[in-house]
Amino acid sequence: MSKDETLGEALRQQGISRRGFLKFCAATASMMALPPSMVPAIAAALEKARRPSVIWLSFQECTGCTESLTRSHSPTVEGLIFDVISLDYHHTLQAASGTAAEAARETAIEENYGKYLLIVDGSIPTANPGYSTIAGVSNVDMLKEVAKGAAAIVAVGSCAAFGGIPHAHPNPTGAVSVSDLVKDKPIINVPGCPPIPVVISGVLLHYLTFGAIPELDSLSRPKAYYGQSIHDRCYRRPFYDKGLFAEGFDDEGAKKGWCLYKLGCKGPTTYNACATTKWNAGTSFPIESGHPCLGCSEPDFWDGGGFYKALSMPTEDISRTAVYAIGAGAAAGVALGALNRAKKAKATKAHEKVTINDLEKGN
Amino acid sequence: MSASLQRGINAFKEQIDAPVASFFSSCVRCGLCANACLFHTETGDPKYTPIHKLEPLRRVWQQNYTFWGRFAKALGLSRAVTDDELGEWETLVYDSCTMCGRCSMVCPVGNDIAYMIRKMREGMAAAGHAPEGLIGASQRAVTIGSPMGVKLPALQAQIRHTEQETGLKIPVDVEGAEYMLLLSSMEIMNFPEFIGAIAKILKQAGVSWTIASEAFEATNSGIQIGVSEIAAELVERVVAAAEKLKVKGVISPECGHAYMAIRWEGPNLIGRPYSFRVVHIMELLDELREQGRLKTTGKESQRLTYHDPCQVARRGGVVKQPRNLLNMVAEDFVEMPETGTMNWCCGAGGGVSANERADEIRLKAFNRKKKQLDAIRPDAIVSACSNCRIYLEDGLEEYGMDMPVLSLTETIAEHLAGTEQTGSKE
Amino acid sequence: MTETELLLWVRGPALQVATVIFLVGVAVRFIEILMLGRQKDLAEARGSALAGGLRTIVTRSVPDRGTLQRSTFNVVAGYVFHVGFFVVLLFFAPHILLFHEVLGLNWPALPTPVIDATTVVTIIALLAVLVHRVLHPVMRFLSRFQDYLAWLVTILPLVTGYLAFHRVGVAPPPTLIAIHILSVELLMVVFPFTKLMHAVTLFMARYYNGAIAGYKGVKS
Repeated sequence: MSKDETLGEALRQQGISRRGFLKFCAATASMMALPPSMVPAIAAALEKARRPSVIWLSFQECTGCTESLTRSHSPTVEGLIFDVISLDYHHTLQAASGTAAEAARETAIEENYGKYLLIVDGSIPTANPGYSTIAGVSNVDMLKEVAKGAAAIVAVGSCAAFGGIPHAHPNPTGAVSVSDLVKDKPIINVPGCPPIPVVISGVLLHYLTFGAIPELDSLSRPKAYYGQSIHDRCYRRPFYDKGLFAEGFDDEGAKKGWCLYKLGCKGPTTYNACATTKWNAGTSFPIESGHPCLGCSEPDFWDGGGFYKALSMPTEDISRTAVYAIGAGAAAGVALGALNRAKKAKATKAHEKVTINDLEKGN
Repeated sequence: MSASLQRGINAFKEQIDAPVASFFSSCVRCGLCANACLFHTETGDPKYTPIHKLEPLRRVWQQNYTFWGRFAKALGLSRAVTDDELGEWETLVYDSCTMCGRCSMVCPVGNDIAYMIRKMREGMAAAGHAPEGLIGASQRAVTIGSPMGVKLPALQAQIRHTEQETGLKIPVDVEGAEYMLLLSSMEIMNFPEFIGAIAKILKQAGVSWTIASEAFEATNSGIQIGVSEIAAELVERVVAAAEKLKVKGVISPECGHAYMAIRWEGPNLIGRPYSFRVVHIMELLDELREQGRLKTTGKESQRLTYHDPCQVARRGGVVKQPRNLLNMVAEDFVEMPETGTMNWCCGAGGGVSANERADEIRLKAFNRKKKQLDAIRPDAIVSACSNCRIYLEDGLEEYGMDMPVLSLTETIAEHLAGTEQTGSKE
Repeated sequence: MTETELLLWVRGPALQVATVIFLVGVAVRFIEILMLGRQKDLAEARGSALAGGLRTIVTRSVPDRGTLQRSTFNVVAGYVFHVGFFVVLLFFAPHILLFHEVLGLNWPALPTPVIDATTVVTIIALLAVLVHRVLHPVMRFLSRFQDYLAWLVTILPLVTGYLAFHRVGVAPPPTLIAIHILSVELLMVVFPFTKLMHAVTLFMARYYNGAIAGYKGVKS
């Protein structure tokens, strides 16, 4: 796809006739309540419209986010990359490779400097740049370089947004998120492991259509998709409220579709669109399939105490601490008790017999 | 040697044990003890809240026997108990507390407050903050042998009088008798009929008994003032006499604190168990009743109620026996509302009656007993403690109530089968 | 600190610290008391001290009629908030999970709406006892700073728990949950140094009371 291709050229390439194109413009004009005289102007504008340049950098990732994007059903990934954007660099989807691919990236940056959209998936290792490189360039360096000319950055997936799974204890690669390294560009976090397909495409579409960042929450996630917790939109919520919980994966409660809180569901503390938008074109989501929410769109979800540990449980081994504490306390208590007894014995020893002559002061 | 703050604080430290520590740890300042104490209910003054009476002792516990207390003390951050404070607490510990133990029965966390008051008095006395009246009583008890100053000749006079009236010989210093009877000074001076009553009953029952001329006093002032050494000395006299006379048992008469002293505190004061048993006169009479050796005839028709002496019933464990006995001779026996181990104190025990300064508060507190009586309107009250009797009478007079206060033993004696009744019954 | 970091901190290291302070504190105090010992009673026993002690541990929970009549508010309000507090603590499903995790014990939960209503009733009772403590002459006379502190750390878990469960909008839900857990940790840390210890020592106190009385044949 040529970066120079206008929308008009692109449409003609797809076999859409000039006539068809004008019909579309007329329909658009009437929908926008514009007079028929505006149609030529619209046609001219659209004709010249350039699809914005998008550079997609994949760092320490599993490619799950790209896989998810390819499942997007509306808009489809094809629709996206053919109609809406000029995807100038993407490891998985691009045809080129090697030096040709890197050259495409560099050219895109040069020609669209200050205007291209940078999408990142995967975390960035900082412990040793050698952990993840592309064409010999470390992720850290590449991110910093490409971010300089970007209009905005979208961190797709929990790895890019929060460090994700590589960031989990003990974090041997020193994995960090995009926002840990880039401080001077607007960043939209689209977390999830992976994020829901239409959430990825929807966020991109929003930015590209309106040219603006959507409203974000305190973790820079678009409120449109991350403003509600799973718990607040979960269809099993009535069971939670009534206190009806599945105790195992195939017990009575599980079969009746009861709340999965006891099985470790992180729904109450997880913000995502799974409960409403769902997955696979609205087919289902983990809870509906009987598995507790992992909380994958939250920071440190992997270290969050265990997928099968309920939220009310401690994340560390308290029992062991308790045993040691009681032991230590007992030992300290015995020591202090001995001091008490010594003090009491001293008082007994210091006792002077009280006779009837000792009952008044100053005798 | 004189009393001093140091000796007092030292005594506090000696007295604190595991129960005391658990009590102070558990108090949640719920205030329920206040409504169990007649000194508080009849005055409405919060300072009479039982647990508050122990505040200096609590501070000594906290500062000496808890980790943070000792830590704070080491850093100079705690306020030591002062002599002035002990002075302030004197009236709380002695004038407005009889150690009746009702507070100990209601505390929801289980604090035995009366137990702690008894211990606190050890420190108060050693610090010179016991009431004058009690100091005098203790001195007389040790030097003369009776807190009221009753000497052997006075007792002998009462004995002679009793012998004349009853025609019975009152045994004195009889070696090998089954029981040795103790008498409180109060009985000897104010209710000498008691001696005759016992003589009659024990004769009918065929129990051999004696009085010891060397140790006849039942009252233990040491317990009331709270000085273990004095209390122990008084107990040793009784024990020596009992051992010398080789009796099987010692009878504690109609007296409250005397029973507590000889029955429960005694062996612990002298540091060894007795070689004889100790019974309250009511326990003995009830045993005789059970054995069929106590035969009575006729019943009192007047409406009678029973006042439980605190140290005998709630703190002493003799609760059923007086009722068994009274039911033998009473047609119309009605219990007080809140009776038995929950009965209300007469207000005069634990040394309060020996303390003139406490007269006013004692009479105010008597109102509680008055309310109990008003609820059931008896013709007469029966009790088994002479101190209670005399101060019930005192209180009744103060409130203009005309109601005799009878001795249980004497009432039984008056109904003994086959004995001639001399004198009129009241 | 982010919401998630706070929540993970209170469920992890903070809970460890609170547990240590709580258990060490309670164990020390318990043994300190026990080791002061009790003199052996040389008087002839009339009854069993052991039986009396064990009996009073249970029966002292039932007030005598006179106390119920004279101190009605204290008894009733006291029971309501104690029972309510324990019902909420022990019978709410997420709490049982916590105990199961730490102690290995499990028991059935009460329906969540019941717990919810109980929480409200308990909070009201606690507010009532505070008012009473301030207004009643005996209560006011006896109360010290520690009594008000104990009240505060007792009501906070109930209030914060209610807010967290209902996801009341004063803060994001994960933060509400974190604050609730933090309030419990505060209670744990304050417990051994205040009258809250009565929850443990009352068994000792009632035992001693019953034993002293039982030895004499009195049911206290």
